[in-house]
Amino acid sequence: MSDLNTAMIEKYRSNFLKEVEANVEEGEWVKMCMQCGVCSGSCPLGKHWDHPPQEIFMMIRANKRDEVLGTDSMWMCTSCYNCIARCPRGLPITHIMHGLAVYSKRLGLTQKKQPTAEFSQIFWDNLMKKGRVNELKLGLSMYFKDGFGQGVKNAMANQKLGQNMMKAKRMNPMEFFGGHSVKDLSGFQSMVKKAQEIEEGNLKEAK
Amino acid sequence: MADEKKFAGYVCTGCGLGERLDAGQLETTATRDGKMQSCKQHEMLCSAEGVQLIKDDIANESVTHVMIAACSKRAKVEAFNFPEVAMTRANLREGVIWVRPESDENQETTQEMADDYIRMACAELKSMSQPSASGEQTLNKNILVVGGGITGMTAAIEAAAAGYPVHLVEKSGKLGGALGSYYKVIPTRSPYDAPAENPVPGMIEAIEADDRITVHLNSTLAKTEGAPGRFNVEVATESGSSETLSIGAIVQASGWKPYDASQLPEFAHDKSADVVTNHELEALAVAANGGPIKRPSDGKEIKSVCFIQNAGQCSDKEGHLSYFSGVTDLVSIKQAMYFKELNGDCDTTILFDNLRTPGAGGEDFYRAGQQAMVTFSKGIASEVMPGDSLTVKFEDKILNEQTEMVCDLVVLATGMEPNSGPDPYAQLMVDEAEDEEEKAKAQAILENAPPSILNLQYRQGTDLPHLKNGFNDSHFICFPYETRRTGIYAAGPVRRPMDAQQARDDATGAALKAIQAAENAGLGRAAHPRSGDLSFPSFRKEGCTQCKRCTVECPFGAINEDEEGYPMYNESRCRRCGTCMGACPVRVISFENYSVETVNQQIKNVEIPEEWDEKPRILVLACENDAYPALDQAAQAGVEINPWARVIPVRCLGSVSLSWVTDALNNGYDGIVMMGCRRDDDYQCHFVRGSAMAAERMSKVGDTLDTLNLEPERVILHEVAITDVERAPQLINDMAETVEKIGLSPFKF
Amino acid sequence: MAKIELSFYPGCSSQKGATSSNYLVSAQTMCEELDIQLNEIPDWNCCGASIGYGGGGELPRLALSARNIALSEEHNSGQEIVATCAACWLSTREAKERLHEDEQMFKDANAALSEAGLKYQGEANVRHMVEVLVEDIGFDGIKSKVKKPLEGLKIAGYVGCQTNRPFGIAGESFENPKYLDNIVEAVGADSIPTYEKKVQCCGGALAFSEPEKSQEMIKGIIEAAYDNGADMIVTPCPLCQANVEIYQDNINDTYGTKFNMPVVYYSTLMSVAFGRSAKDAALDGQVIPAKQLEEIASK
Ligand code: SF4
Ligand code: SF4
Ligand code: SF4
Ligand code: SF4
Ligand code: SF4
Ligand code: SF4
Repeated sequence: MSDLNTAMIEKYRSNFLKEVEANVEEGEWVKMCMQCGVCSGSCPLGKHWDHPPQEIFMMIRANKRDEVLGTDSMWMCTSCYNCIARCPRGLPITHIMHGLAVYSKRLGLTQKKQPTAEFSQIFWDNLMKKGRVNELKLGLSMYFKDGFGQGVKNAMANQKLGQNMMKAKRMNPMEFFGGHSVKDLSGFQSMVKKAQEIEEGNLKEAK
Repeated sequence: MADEKKFAGYVCTGCGLGERLDAGQLETTATRDGKMQSCKQHEMLCSAEGVQLIKDDIANESVTHVMIAACSKRAKVEAFNFPEVAMTRANLREGVIWVRPESDENQETTQEMADDYIRMACAELKSMSQPSASGEQTLNKNILVVGGGITGMTAAIEAAAAGYPVHLVEKSGKLGGALGSYYKVIPTRSPYDAPAENPVPGMIEAIEADDRITVHLNSTLAKTEGAPGRFNVEVATESGSSETLSIGAIVQASGWKPYDASQLPEFAHDKSADVVTNHELEALAVAANGGPIKRPSDGKEIKSVCFIQNAGQCSDKEGHLSYFSGVTDLVSIKQAMYFKELNGDCDTTILFDNLRTPGAGGEDFYRAGQQAMVTFSKGIASEVMPGDSLTVKFEDKILNEQTEMVCDLVVLATGMEPNSGPDPYAQLMVDEAEDEEEKAKAQAILENAPPSILNLQYRQGTDLPHLKNGFNDSHFICFPYETRRTGIYAAGPVRRPMDAQQARDDATGAALKAIQAAENAGLGRAAHPRSGDLSFPSFRKEGCTQCKRCTVECPFGAINEDEEGYPMYNESRCRRCGTCMGACPVRVISFENYSVETVNQQIKNVEIPEEWDEKPRILVLACENDAYPALDQAAQAGVEINPWARVIPVRCLGSVSLSWVTDALNNGYDGIVMMGCRRDDDYQCHFVRGSAMAAERMSKVGDTLDTLNLEPERVILHEVAITDVERAPQLINDMAETVEKIGLSPFKF
Repeated sequence: MAKIELSFYPGCSSQKGATSSNYLVSAQTMCEELDIQLNEIPDWNCCGASIGYGGGGELPRLALSARNIALSEEHNSGQEIVATCAACWLSTREAKERLHEDEQMFKDANAALSEAGLKYQGEANVRHMVEVLVEDIGFDGIKSKVKKPLEGLKIAGYVGCQTNRPFGIAGESFENPKYLDNIVEAVGADSIPTYEKKVQCCGGALAFSEPEKSQEMIKGIIEAAYDNGADMIVTPCPLCQANVEIYQDNINDTYGTKFNMPVVYYSTLMSVAFGRSAKDAALDGQVIPAKQLEEIASK
């Protein structure tokens, strides 16, 4: 467990709702849920979630910190925005799910090998390099994330797909050696660095 | 003019009547069969010109009785308003041409229908006279308000503001009632985001400053006699003195009492001082005096509180209230916000199953509670375990688990019970109980009857009748403040559970109704629903057998008894429903313009074709409040009605005399359909019990049919709502089918 | 029609050699025909897409879009920003709204941007290309440009998630948006108003990280198109297009289906209907060829 996690437990003691309000994107909305269940019924991958959104909101209010931050349910959010469109109370559910996922990751509580958690990090790292996403490298890193052997297997399984894409000129092997980039890369990178600093700073302050 | 009667008929040929019917023939029917001394046609009788024609005849030709053959009596009432004469309407538009198809083969029966309606109207007119006020009483503007809580105070302030002197009688030593001692109230104004200041102190000030309002503290009603416009009320004080007031109308605002939480042993109310009801919490909040609310047991500042919703209410468990008290969820939100306001970082949880926040600002207030960090948990509490801290066991309904929480204070959201007087019909309920269980229940109510509040000197008992759960019967579907005692209006939580704002709205309505009742009584006019009616029942003493049916069956307790045992009518207590008239076995009760005779004459003057004509006749007695309008609407929509039917509107099914049924059958009618309003606990009868009384009476019609050797299917009674636009005509057509099946009546001549 | 000038944000996926490069080609063709001039935002960066949240958190993610808007305001001042990719549009518009509502966030974002010598004002409108078509050109406007109506083609309009929620197209319902069907009708083809999967999620970025779960949903989307007698599916979103088109082989392997359903963009349909060549319509970019469109284009 990370220091940050211990610090947060210490700080908020038995009030997980307040912790969420202070540290999770759009977390101040959690208290406004009226438990109608519409979001849970609207979630496309809902049947795979251990705790659908409505339940997560209730668990936060019931102080079930370990269960909420330890579940990988919110990582299964596809950002379809169905819940937002339908919630009678206007909760920004999608963003809360993302926020909870990120928070759990920051505290080091996200399950190891959670595929979407890994993918989103790979995606972010990829775009940070050049300011634009390099799809080929993105795909390859995803395949090889679990080591070389598994990577080859993954790549073989999707070989046909890759060939199809190349034929349609929608995948370019040359990308591997460079690819698209923003011109003011240093400006771009220091901007993001600064934003990260501000956000980290806020979290430390909270602690 | 003198007493000379002059009958004039008018036939309208507008609205397609002229095209569909033979107007000349109608005129002949009116003069030859109907014995009208004159009959005129007009192409649009409701036009200024048509109306003038009638007016001129009344003025110049001394016409005293007017028969209008045109549209339904419910149409063009403003145009055809001739208060100085007796009037009937033959319904040829909604009653005939709109319900019959336009074709040659139907022409004959359609014309027959129209001719019959003219004969009926003329016959009715012959036995009518023009009603006039009795002059029994003069205007008395004094309004009596019983109960000095927020409801009663509002009624007093509103009536006084309208210029009426008010006597406000309060049992305790101060005004304000239950709410008076509350910390704050549910907000009544946008943005509905925080508990609002208690309005009671301001109202008390206003009342004290108002010289139209006389306050009687520590006082009760020792005796209330008379009728609207002339109540004599004896107000007794605790100290034994008393004074008699002369009153025009009364508002009963006796309020509510909190549910007794000692009936909930599982929540340890009697075991721990830290388990309080919502009502009791208010005192703790006031005692805090702006500081944090403290625990009753040890004075410790409360750091965590749990509200248990629906404690002992909304439940069919023994000793619980079967109903929801409407406001208790809003009350808990309000009280939870006390803790957010006074106790800083206090954990505040509301355990609810169904959270109901009615009213304009209810939902906003709920959100405000959430915004203030009140935790709303969907869970059902099963037990509170006392101890240094309290443990609340509950089932979490979202996470589906049995769990518990620990807190400093538990608040039980218990319900409201009405503070009403004894139900005058409690004994009747025991007598009429259908099974043992029902009887035991009724017996318990009778034995636990509360002390009287009004002490009415009415033959039918001392107080307002109840509907359910001890709440006063008030026509809750359509006319919320109308009780079953004319001129006495129930307002506030004595008629249903409600919050302060609803009680204030209620009180305002009731005050205006009381004013109206006093004014109407002064003019000898009926109150709702026949408002303005001057007709009034009288009885022929020589014929009366003192059977007391009328005094018992009057839904409004209007009839007392004199020393000799004869019925004693009270004009201003009467609603003109005619239930007494329908009840009287010797038919001695009548109104000037509505009597056993006026209807009987209509029944008799329908031409009954000979048996071999194969033209049956079906008599329809339709309540003019719901069934008749439903038929009118059906006609508008072009729904067809069988041509054998003849419809007679009646004031209330309760006014139907059994003799109409027997006479009709003797005259050769083949079927009788009666239509009145719904009559159970969710009744819609405008006269509350009229429809039920009729059903009771008609249950005996089987014997009559038996003696006449007729099939029971020939007479049927239906509950019809004003919305039954398709169904009402269908019921008539069904009877036509029945007659077709069982054959014509053998009583034709 | 007066020329419409827009500040264009193409997004990563439409770059040369990327998954929706065919979208860019056909969109450009479509705009030429409709007299719309696209001025690319100089040196734009990735919007972070929806999936970026897991790595980027809140402020860094918002800063990405703020940079694009700032660049547009600097170089294409006075022009509305338009995106063809649903995720690009959504991220950009969402960033704008969040920075508008949250003053602290606005300041923080500008603090970050100043590192790159930029300043964010947040005044430019952020629109999706479809909004331009529906609101500025109109269905009649589209119809008037049609030279080769796509007669006899039955096309399922698959709107998907992010072009539809949470912002959507003004006046359309979230549950049953109709504009795509109207575009299909405008180019002379038959729409399928009863297509019940029109707003079903395709899995989005999770098609990558949770392939089995996503492909189960994609299967439903294609199946419903077949059930409704569709010849092809049309969509306004690059991720929808890719997910629904390229996994058909995998789905066939898993479920024993025989899917071979072309999935095209509205801009593909319009380019062909406006009389342009198969190449201009980027039909060569189809993994599953849209043969019927090729035929019409070659006529
Ligand atoms: S946006 Fe996420 S949480 Fe909301 S319905 Fe879609 S997948 Fe579920
Ligand atoms: S739809 Fe909204 S209010 Fe309903 S349970 Fe979900 S978050 Fe709560
Ligand atoms: S509304 Fe009545 S009175 Fe007037 S023209 Fe029609 S039928 Fe005659
Ligand atoms: S008419 Fe009705 S209210 Fe009046 S005395 Fe008769 S039964 Fe009672
Ligand atoms: S019902 Fe008739 S007979 Fe009986 S007491 Fe009344 S008036 Fe007399
Ligand atoms: S209520 Fe009926 S029986 Fe009574 S008045 Fe109504 S409709 Fe009639």
